[in-house]
Amino acid sequence: MEKITQLTSKTIVLPIDDVDTDQIVPARFLTTTQREGIGVSLFADWRFDKDGNAIEDFPLNAPEAKDSKILVAGRNFGCGSSREHAPWAIHDFGIRAVISSEIADIFRNNSLNNGLVPVVVDEDTHKWLLDNPGAEVTVDVDALEVTLPDGKKVSFEIEPFARHCILEGIDQMGFLRQSIPTIEEFEKNRSWQP
Amino acid sequence: MSGKTLFDKVWDDHVVVPETPDTPAVFYIDLHIVHEVTTPQAFNMLRDNGWPVRRPDLMLATMDHSTPTVPVPADDLSVLDDPAVSDPEPAQQIRQMITNCDEFGIKLHGFGAEHRGIVHVIGPEIGATQPGKTIVCGDSHSSTHGAFGAMGFGIGATMVGHVMASTCLLMRKPKSMAVNVTGELKPGVSAKDIILALIGKIGVDGGTGHVIEYRGETIEKLNMEERMTICNMSIEAGARAGMIAPDDTTFEYMKGREQAPQGADWDAAVERWKALATDPGASFDKEVDLDVSELEPQVTYGTNPAMVVPISKPVPNPAGNASFQKSIDYMQVEADKPMLGTKVDVVFVGSCTNSRMTDLRNVAKILDGKKVADSVRMMIVPGSEAVKKKAEAEGLHEIYQAAGAEWREAGCSMCLGMNSDKLGKGQLCVSTSNRNFEGRQGPGGRTVLASPETATASAIAGVIADPREVI
Repeated sequence: MEKITQLTSKTIVLPIDDVDTDQIVPARFLTTTQREGIGVSLFADWRFDKDGNAIEDFPLNAPEAKDSKILVAGRNFGCGSSREHAPWAIHDFGIRAVISSEIADIFRNNSLNNGLVPVVVDEDTHKWLLDNPGAEVTVDVDALEVTLPDGKKVSFEIEPFARHCILEGIDQMGFLRQSIPTIEEFEKNRSWQP
Repeated sequence: MSGKTLFDKVWDDHVVVPETPDTPAVFYIDLHIVHEVTTPQAFNMLRDNGWPVRRPDLMLATMDHSTPTVPVPADDLSVLDDPAVSDPEPAQQIRQMITNCDEFGIKLHGFGAEHRGIVHVIGPEIGATQPGKTIVCGDSHSSTHGAFGAMGFGIGATMVGHVMASTCLLMRKPKSMAVNVTGELKPGVSAKDIILALIGKIGVDGGTGHVIEYRGETIEKLNMEERMTICNMSIEAGARAGMIAPDDTTFEYMKGREQAPQGADWDAAVERWKALATDPGASFDKEVDLDVSELEPQVTYGTNPAMVVPISKPVPNPAGNASFQKSIDYMQVEADKPMLGTKVDVVFVGSCTNSRMTDLRNVAKILDGKKVADSVRMMIVPGSEAVKKKAEAEGLHEIYQAAGAEWREAGCSMCLGMNSDKLGKGQLCVSTSNRNFEGRQGPGGRTVLASPETATASAIAGVIADPREVI
């Protein structure tokens, strides 16, 4: 994973609530056995018409979206299935942070495992961001703050160990692998065996 | 707080290393269920690092999501190369699963195996799903296993790799939520209607960050398959998991199953399981009450499961809400009018929510001696090969076929459009599955979630119909 300390970018805004992972990556694209190149399926049914032509007014098709690292989405982003293809596709598109007023649990965990920073902000900040597409904002993973164009800083939370992994660019597996002797001990001492 | 909840007890029993302010808990997983779609990348990760699967004996492997629902001979997969049966990519995924399980020493319940089927159907069926276990799968409907007093939850592919390599996950303890269900269900109203009504009440994010415990007299009276229907859709309320305390109904369902404890071990296990119920006086972070005594059959009208109404009531008015308007426009549904009478193209009975014997019997009861409307394609897809066999032993398939419905091979089928069973653009499907997201059952397809009873009544009528009028 790449290290992320701070991201500054104009935002792409997707002002829709409850965007589910079937929209982020439709199930017919889950037949891949790889994780590379999945970005083409991102929002496939919203980005492209049935002939594969880009739908012009979809926010991710705007020319400036290509350079954006920050997606602002409606409330409860990423609900639905556990497919990790969703954060893979968003990351593959070039986005490194998703800001909403609420982010679904499984999607949030999957994002943290893939260098995509889930940022939950208060309702007022969320509304301002939704109303101002293209605003230049900074997401600071070290300070746990979003800086708005007027300099106002808004705090957010990330599970501390996941934040450490993002700042250092490491995955969580190392910690689990180090714990294997303790896991073996736990297995020996259980009062019942699965 | 005095006393512990069911969830507290299961959580505490699996903490290998406690959480600290800086680090999450190392949390032990007793059962890891795997299927062909969310594992290839995890197997690749293990392979790239030269790591073994640490406890293949604690895994249950099958193929369900991308498998076709026509017969596939175990010793000859060439039928998968027929474009009418499967696209090349899902066929490759199926073959890769067989190779991966073989390479990593995991027993695969593949084609022809008695217990091949939907992951959340075979776990309970084989007796691997047990009270007090932690159960994960790269599938969000893993909450189904909570019906047994287990903690089941969905994980992504990276975490699938974590469990394969370490038998553990890194986790913070979620919050707890009690859903207290009271009142007696009226005829024609079922467990599916309870969970749809609950999601309608608390919203698709009403359970976010929480593990739900379903409690109360109504839940206690449900059979195990009905309880599974309820726990299954916990994720549709955003919950991490949904659980029900194990009781005599649970033990009776489990006894004698292949992987259930036997003999003296059984008695000891039952004693241990009885102690799992929430202690009197234990408290929850959140509580919700639901009285179902006046509950009607429920149908969804929009593109998430919380967009649901009692079948006789009108679709709400969007009143300027853009997301809501977008959703009903997609569904081609009119505000202020009920869903009753809407023309139906396809009826799908199946999925991890409603594909077990209870569901199949309820469908057969309504369909017996009747005909599916000429304009409707009705597909009935059993949850597993064992369910299929049992239904056929009871002659249910003859009732379905005589009515003009298709009786197919086990699998996820039309719940999600990633095998050959897909809706066409614009088609409306009354489905017993769990998600009515845009395009979920095929690009441009429109899904109305309902109970098996409502689905069957609608198949006969050719339009969305009230099951209370045909039972």
